[in-house]
Amino acid sequence: MYRQPVSRLWWLKKRTYFVFVMRELSCIFVAWFAVFLMVMVFAIGRGEASYQRFMDWAASPVVVAINIVALAFLVLHTMTWFVLTAHATPIRVGGRRVLAMREARVAGRIVPAATAVRVGGRQVPAAMVIASQYAGLVVVSAFIAWLVLR
Amino acid sequence: MADSIRMQVTRYTPGPDSVPTVAEYDVPLRKDWAVLDGLNYIKDHVDSSLSYRWSCRMGICGSCGMNVEGEPKLTCATFLTDYAPGPVRVEPLSNFPIVRDLVVDIEDFMEKLPRVKPWIIRDDDVTVIDGEYLQTPEELAEYKQFSNCINCMLCYAACPIYGLEPDFIGPAAIALAERYDLDSRDRGQRERLDVLIEKEGVWGCTFVGECTTVCPKHVDPAGAIQRYKLKAAKENLMTFLLPRAAR
Amino acid sequence: MSEGATAAHDVLLVGGGAAGLRAAIAIAETNPSLSVAVVSKVYPMRSHTVSAEGGAAGAIAEGDTLDEHAYDTISGSDWLCDQDAVEAFVQEAPRELLQLEHWGCPWSREPDGRIAVRAFGGMKNMRTWFAADKTGFHMLHSLFQTSLKYTDITRYDEWFVTRLLVDDGRVHGVVAIELMSGRIEVITAKSVVLCNGGSGKVFPFTTNANICTGDGMALAYRAGAPLKDMEFVQYHPTGLPFTGILITEATRAEGGWLLNKDGYRYLQDYDLGKPEPTPVLRSMELGPRDRLSQAFVHEVEKGRTIESPYGPIVHLDLRHLGAKLIDTKLPMVRELCMQYERIDPVTELIPVRPVVHYMMGGVHTDINGATPIDGLFAAGETACVTINGANRLGSNSLPECLVFGARAGRAAAEYATSAKQPSPAVMRQADDEVRRLEQMRSPDRGHEQIADIREEMQSTMEDSAGIFRSGDSLAKGVDQLAELQQRLDRIQLYDQTSAFNTELVAALELANMLDIAETILHSAVQREESRGAHQRTDFTTRDDTRFLNHALAYRDSDGSVRIERLPVTITRWPPGERVYGR
Repeated sequence: MYRQPVSRLWWLKKRTYFVFVMRELSCIFVAWFAVFLMVMVFAIGRGEASYQRFMDWAASPVVVAINIVALAFLVLHTMTWFVLTAHATPIRVGGRRVLAMREARVAGRIVPAATAVRVGGRQVPAAMVIASQYAGLVVVSAFIAWLVLR
Repeated sequence: MADSIRMQVTRYTPGPDSVPTVAEYDVPLRKDWAVLDGLNYIKDHVDSSLSYRWSCRMGICGSCGMNVEGEPKLTCATFLTDYAPGPVRVEPLSNFPIVRDLVVDIEDFMEKLPRVKPWIIRDDDVTVIDGEYLQTPEELAEYKQFSNCINCMLCYAACPIYGLEPDFIGPAAIALAERYDLDSRDRGQRERLDVLIEKEGVWGCTFVGECTTVCPKHVDPAGAIQRYKLKAAKENLMTFLLPRAAR
Repeated sequence: MSEGATAAHDVLLVGGGAAGLRAAIAIAETNPSLSVAVVSKVYPMRSHTVSAEGGAAGAIAEGDTLDEHAYDTISGSDWLCDQDAVEAFVQEAPRELLQLEHWGCPWSREPDGRIAVRAFGGMKNMRTWFAADKTGFHMLHSLFQTSLKYTDITRYDEWFVTRLLVDDGRVHGVVAIELMSGRIEVITAKSVVLCNGGSGKVFPFTTNANICTGDGMALAYRAGAPLKDMEFVQYHPTGLPFTGILITEATRAEGGWLLNKDGYRYLQDYDLGKPEPTPVLRSMELGPRDRLSQAFVHEVEKGRTIESPYGPIVHLDLRHLGAKLIDTKLPMVRELCMQYERIDPVTELIPVRPVVHYMMGGVHTDINGATPIDGLFAAGETACVTINGANRLGSNSLPECLVFGARAGRAAAEYATSAKQPSPAVMRQADDEVRRLEQMRSPDRGHEQIADIREEMQSTMEDSAGIFRSGDSLAKGVDQLAELQQRLDRIQLYDQTSAFNTELVAALELANMLDIAETILHSAVQREESRGAHQRTDFTTRDDTRFLNHALAYRDSDGSVRIERLPVTITRWPPGERVYGR
C-alpha cells in the first residue's frame, strides 16, 4: 500500500484551505489585541504620563502596521465565526415547543419524558442568522462609540 | 465539440511500483458519458488491468469516489464534457493509502464508524409487538438530512485535518452520530457524547467546511460537527460547575 | 494452503445486502454462541439493495388484509408462486418492516406519526412502506449500522467467493479471494447462506449494479443445487435510456402517466383499464410490470414510440404532480433526472424504456431457505422460494429479503448446531480450486478478451430472451452461448498481479454469468407457453395443464443443462384469469 504524503503547501491548494489557515492564524492577532487593550488599561491606571507614553508607543509606525494587519485578521475571524454560528445552532421559528417530544412514544404505550425541542415551523435561513449577527455587531459598536465619543 | 478527451489516470501496483505514476488515455468524449464511463472504456478497450471500484452508477452506493481535477467526486455523477477539452486528471481519493491504481484503503473509516454507535440505543424493553414508534414528519425532518450519508468518503478526502491527524474520527462518522442523536426514537446521546468529546472526536475539527462543500448528498457534516461542539462545550461546562448527580 | 482452513465459522453468509445482514442479525440475536461471518465482494453498504427506490410491501393499513396481499402477489405471479410461501411471506412482512422501524429506518410518516403507505403496481390496496424514494438505501444502512452493534459478527469485506466446498451432499465452506491482497483462502463453515443478489448483468441494459453477476446462483448451480424458474426475467417499464437508471414505480403510484409520441396514455389499449386523472389501484400505470413492458413493445411495433439515440422510448409525465409532491415523495427521481438526463421532471417529460430489473428465478429453496444440499441455504434475489412466480410485484422484493433472510438465518443456525467437521476430501477440493485460480492468472492461455465475450453474451441474451421470445430465437441463443463458453477457456488476463486484481474478478464473474445465461435460455426453451414475464411468440397463451409447474435447471457433469419439473404448491387460490383495470 502506498501512503499519500500531505504536501507542506497543502493549504495553498484551495481557497477554502487558505482561508481556513488564515483564520487559524488570526487567533494570534486576537490575543495581540487582548494584550494591547490590557496594557492600555494598566497605562491609564498609572496616570497621565504613563498613558501618554503608551499612546506614543501605539502611534509608532511599527505598532500601527501591526494593528492594521491585526484588524484585517480580526475582521476575517469575525466574518468566518458568524458564518459558523448559522451552522452550529439551527434556529427555528413557529412550530410548537413540545415537552416529551424527545421521548419516543410507542403506539398504545407512552414512556416517560425527557427534554423539550421545537418541532415544526421553519428553519431560519443561514443568511438571515448571519445578517442579524452583523446587525448586533453594529448596535454594540454604536453603543461603544457613543460611550467613547460623547 | 472534440470527439475525444485525454484522461490522466493514476496507476500504482504494490510491488513493482514504489510510487504512483500517471498514464494517459484518449477516450471518446460523449455528451452523456461520466468520468466513470471513460474509465470503463479504458478497462474494456485499452488496458484491462486498470483497477477502480464502481457499482450502482446512480450515485447511491458510494463506491466510485475519486479525485477528479483535484476535487473529490463521485465519478458516476461527474461528466467528461464538464472538463472538455481536457485533459482530465483522475486520482485516488486523497488522505487514504492507495491499494492499487484508483482503489484506496478505507478500513480506517470502517473501524471508526462503530465507535460512534450508529444505531438506536434504548434501555427499555419495547419490542415490535408494541407497534411502531410514532414519529411525526417534523421529527423525521430533524435528522433526515444526516441519514442521507452514503459513506462515499469524499468528505474524508476533502478534510485537511484528517490528512494531518489520521486519528480524527472524521466528518461522516460524526454526521451519523448526530443523525441518531436527533432521532426521536433514540436515547443514546450520552453514550455518543462520551466518545465524541474526546480529543480525536469533534475537537479535532477546526471548521474548514470542505466536507460540506464536497458532499454529494447535501448531508452537511460540518454543521453536524459544530452542533456537536456546542453539546460538548455545554457538557464540559456542566462538569466543571456541577457535581455529576445534579446534571 | 493445504494444511487447513484460514478460518472456521459456524454459519457463513455470502453477501452483505438486506438478506445477508438480516440473516446475520437474526443469528446473532437468537443464538449468540454461534460464530457468524459475512463474506461479501463489496463493503456491505455498497450492496445492490442500496438502489431500491419505491418501497416495501406489508399490509398494515386499515381495511387491508393479509389475504388481499397474498392474492395480489399470487395473481401478479400468474399463479406460478408457491402459495404456502406467499402466505408465510405476507404474514411476516409487516413484522419485519416494523423491526426495521425499531432499528431506526427513517420510514415516511403520516402527520400523526404513524407509518405512511403508498400505492404500488399490481397491489389492490395501499400497503407499500417507503422512505421517500430511497427505501433500499435507508433499509440497507439501517441494517448495516445496526449490525455493527453485534461485535460478534465477523466480516470479510471485499472477499470474492469462488467455490462452495461440498462433500457427500453437504456444504463445508467456501474458497474465497481477499481482493486487497489477492490471497486465496479457505473459510470453513457448518452452514452457508447464499444471499448475494441477482444477475441482471447478463443483459446489456439493466437497472442492476455492476456487481449483480449472479455469483450466488452460479456457486450453487456448480455445486449441484438446481436453479428454479430462471426463464422469468423482469423488465421494469421505466428506466432512463443509456444508463438504465431506474425511475421508480412510485412515480406512477403518485400519479405519473405513461405517454406515447402522441401524448396518449397508451396503456388503455392493452386491457389495463381506462385513463383516470388520479391513480386507480391495479389499473393503467399501476398495472403489473410484465404487462406494462409488453405494452411498450406493442407500441414500438405500431410506430407510436419516440426515437432516441438509444432506441425507442416513451415518456413518463410527472408535470401535473407539482414541485412540492415531487420534492417530498420523489426527491431522488428529480435528482437523477437532473443529473443524468439534464431535465427537470417538474416541467419536462422523462424519457423511459423497459429495462431488465429482477430475476424471478434463483437457487431452489424451501420455505426456510434450505436448498437440496445439506447445510446450504439461500435468500433474497439469489434464491427462488418462490413468492414471485412468473412476475414479481413491485415492493415485494425488499420484504422478501427480510422475511426469508431471517428465516434462512435461523434455519442455518439450527443446522449448524448439529453439523460435523469437514472431511479431508473437502480440503483436497480446496487445493484444486486454489490451483485453478492460480492458473487463471498465468500467461499464455489464449487471446480472448473479457469485455468482448461479455458484450456478445449480453446482446445474445437481449436478442434471444427479451420481453418476447420464440423457439427459434432461443435455440439460436443457446448455440451462441455454447460457443462463448468455449471461448471463455481461452481468456487471457493481462493483469497477473495480486493486489485488487479486478480483471481476475471480472473473468470469474463472466464465467458465473455465462452459466446463469445458459440456464435462462434452456429453461425458456422448454416452457412452451406464455406466462407472466415469459412471453413466447410461438406459444401465446398460458397452459396450466402442461406448465403449472416450476422448471429446475441442474448442471450435468458434462456442463450441460438438464431441466426437471416440480409442481406448484396451491393452498387456497386456484389458477384464474389475471384481471387489471376492470
